[in-house]
Amino acid sequence: MMVISLSKDVMRIIKDQDVVPFRNRVKEKATKIKMGLVNQTKLITAASELVRNMLKYGNGGEIVIEVVSRGRENGVRLTFKDKGPGIADISLAMKDGYSTGKSLGLGLPGTKRLVSEFDLKSEVGKGTTVMIIKWANG
Amino acid sequence: MDRIPILRMGPFLLVTIQVDLYDRLALTLESDLVQMVNKTGARGVLIDISAVEIVDSFMGRIIGNIASMSKILDAETVVVGMQPAVAITLIELGLPLKGVYTALNVERGMQLLRSMIDLDEDQDEDEETDE
Repeated sequence: MMVISLSKDVMRIIKDQDVVPFRNRVKEKATKIKMGLVNQTKLITAASELVRNMLKYGNGGEIVIEVVSRGRENGVRLTFKDKGPGIADISLAMKDGYSTGKSLGLGLPGTKRLVSEFDLKSEVGKGTTVMIIKWANG
Repeated sequence: MDRIPILRMGPFLLVTIQVDLYDRLALTLESDLVQMVNKTGARGVLIDISAVEIVDSFMGRIIGNIASMSKILDAETVVVGMQPAVAITLIELGLPLKGVYTALNVERGMQLLRSMIDLDEDQDEDEETDE
C-alpha cells in the first residue's frame, strides 16, 4: 500500500541546542495523530539517537518531518540527511555493540527496534540518509 | 551557560532534572556532580528523572557514568521516578542501566540510600567490637 505524505516540515540541525526544538516538533506531530505515550517516547528516542549520529558523524544536516498515512494508519516519517563521510559497511554498523566512535554502539540497531520502519542508505564520501516511520498504533 | 542545580541534603546530594537535556548540559551535570561529591564528601547521590520524557543511549551513558564515578569516590547513586514509557524504551533500545540503583520515587530512593549507608556503619561497629 502507498504511503501518502500529509504534511511536510524541514529542519536544519547544525548544533547541539537544535536537538531539543527538533524533538518538540516531532512530539507535536505525534500528538496530532493521537500516538500513544509509549510509541511517542520510542519515536522521539529513536529520533534523538539519529540526530545525535548526524551531528557527530555528519556535522549536522537536514531532517524532513512528515505526517504520513497508509490506508487507515497514520504515522510520523522522519528523514535524516547528512553530507558526512558515509558508512562503509552498513551491516556492521547495524550490529549491536559496534561503534567507530566512543559510544555504546546501540544507536542504529537500537533505533531500528524502536520504530515501525527503518531504511538506511549511505554512500562513502557523499553522506547518509536514514528514514524511519512510526505508525500511531505500530 | 545553563546548569542543573545540585542540592545538598545532609550526607546526600539531590538533583532534580526538570528540563530537556541536551548533550552539553548533561555533560556539565556529570562533571558538576562528581566535583560536588568530592567537595562535600557526600555519601549518596539521588537523581530524580520523573520530569524527563526521553532517555536515549547518550543520557543512559551519562547516568551510568555518574554512578560509576561516584562509586569510586565512595558515594552511591540512586535514580528515581523513571516514567514507565522511558523504562520500556530503554529496554528495547538495549540499555538496561546495569549497575545503577533505581527506586520508584524520591521517598523510596532516600530510604534505599539511607539503608546502604547505615549498613556500612553497622559493619564498621561490628568490626570494632570484634577487635
